[in-house]
Amino acid sequence: MTDFTLTARPSRARKLLSAIGLLRESPIAIIGLCLVLFWVLIAIFVGFLPLRDPLAQSAGDLLKPFFTPAPGGGYYWLGTDDRGRDILSRLFFGTRLVLFWSSLATIIAYSVGMLMGVTAGYRGGWWDEGLSFVGNVFLAFPQMVLFIVILSQLGPDSPAGHWLSGKGFSATWVKGVTIVLAVTFATAPQVARIVRGLVLDLKTRDYVSAAEVRGEGPLYIMLVELLPNARGPLIVDACLRLGYVTIAIAALGFLGLGLPPPDPDWGKMISEVRGFGAMAANAMIWPAIAISSLVLGLNLLADGLREIALRD
Amino acid sequence: MITIAARRLLSMALIMLVISVLLFVFFEGDKLNLAARVLGPYSPMEGRLSWLEHNGYNRPLVTRYFSWLFGFFTGDWKTSAQFSAPVYTFLLPRLKNTAILGSCVFVLTVIISLVLGVLAGISESSRRDRTITVLSVLTTSVPEFASATFLVAIFVFWLDWLPGSSSFSNGFSWQELILPVATLVIYNFGYYTRMTRASMAEVMSSQYIRTAILKGLPYRQVIMRHALRNALIAPFTVMILQLNYLLSGVVVTEVFFAYDGYGKALYDAAMFGDVYLILAGAMIAVVVAVVSQFISDVGYTRLNPRIRFQ
Repeated sequence: MTDFTLTARPSRARKLLSAIGLLRESPIAIIGLCLVLFWVLIAIFVGFLPLRDPLAQSAGDLLKPFFTPAPGGGYYWLGTDDRGRDILSRLFFGTRLVLFWSSLATIIAYSVGMLMGVTAGYRGGWWDEGLSFVGNVFLAFPQMVLFIVILSQLGPDSPAGHWLSGKGFSATWVKGVTIVLAVTFATAPQVARIVRGLVLDLKTRDYVSAAEVRGEGPLYIMLVELLPNARGPLIVDACLRLGYVTIAIAALGFLGLGLPPPDPDWGKMISEVRGFGAMAANAMIWPAIAISSLVLGLNLLADGLREIALRD
Repeated sequence: MITIAARRLLSMALIMLVISVLLFVFFEGDKLNLAARVLGPYSPMEGRLSWLEHNGYNRPLVTRYFSWLFGFFTGDWKTSAQFSAPVYTFLLPRLKNTAILGSCVFVLTVIISLVLGVLAGISESSRRDRTITVLSVLTTSVPEFASATFLVAIFVFWLDWLPGSSSFSNGFSWQELILPVATLVIYNFGYYTRMTRASMAEVMSSQYIRTAILKGLPYRQVIMRHALRNALIAPFTVMILQLNYLLSGVVVTEVFFAYDGYGKALYDAAMFGDVYLILAGAMIAVVVAVVSQFISDVGYTRLNPRIRFQ
């Protein structure tokens, strides 16, 4: 089998180029991609930007409107929050946190969900019954209720939290791990349901029978034959799902159940200044715009990708 | 039909049973931790032990589970540590408030998304269709706490038309209901609009609609009589499932507007670590979700003749 190589196979770079070329056909996907890329680039290069310290407080500049001259020269481009911290720099440094935790949670939830779904779909029988039942149990919870149940019991002061802190995890990590766990419980069953449906269709294909006849094990068939061939719809769904997870984690931040202070989390930035009424309007609006634009980007990208996929 | 309903009912009951066991073990399994939660972190150990003894926590876990489950169905939801009041009497008026909010949101979402979805679906890829689709993507991308921020900035701070808090401190008022309802409707209608649009577009391209148009029926009659009936089956059943998603958004929205409902009570309980209140709240949410799922499943088989006559 390994004696001859398939020379006609397009290289990886070639494939990437053609994918971008495809994207060009859908202006919606391009707009989405630009919005997402903007935030990704901010997250990567935020350290090189000439920004103020996101944690530095300035007692003389509380809740300033946008484009206010700062005392040490320069401007508070987007104004300041209730402790005189620069909103622009908090927003940009917060991007790292938002993108890191929502991507991590999505990746883990997706991996668990794909494994559940492909097992349920391919093995069928009791595997299917059992996994679908477990999924239905967690899907019966409204997502935010499930989050509250898990986060209230497994928080930093719970035995599980103490155990994690004892292992040398910082407060942010203890909370982050609990959030990832909660997101996984809420999201993996939904992913599993989609994957199961796709696999039920794919497993009747000839290449699966061929692999079975070759004597490949079920694990090989599930991971090498089935999952890669289900990737089209899953990429679209993953974009949407990342958007939902971002919203969920930011909502937790808003509720004060998210990452501990003083890390600049977009949801928390809104709730911190909410008590100041009309004076805080400026400080509340920017994080709201930030999260909306990021999620909008992901949704538009998913939409454009779906449109392209349907066209072929 | 009856057998399908009975089978669904059985599986729903099983799911509820499993969830009740999970929730009970999760919250009350570790009884020392529970005592610490109820009596506070600085309560002495002897106090916790005698509290456990006094409240029957030294009985076996299985006995405790059944007595708890019996208590849940008879309205004995124990006492909230935070409000020193029975959870049942505390939660009931708040559930009523949330039911008011939820039903307003539900009715408005259904009307808006059906109208927009049908308008978009009957003329696929027209300018109207594109506008509605973009609008629905835009609004579903704005999470509740962000759209609430925008609404408050515009209608409270800038125009000063509406109150920014909905605590009903001077009794019930419709004005205080507008912003929370708007927040939830804005976030929710997009998904159902797109769902209705897809369903409508599919029906419009089917053979029997073409036949109806070709045989000369008025366009209006084709839409109202032939298309709508079939196009609305799927969206309608999904909308009943919406109750589950709605409860998630309700927590954030109620906290934002200080609306004294179920979601805010659950949130306060989570911040305080009020175990019994969270436990009862979670059970109620699951009952609502499972029952709405059941109604949706049975409704689907009832509405869809292809399944009904099998």
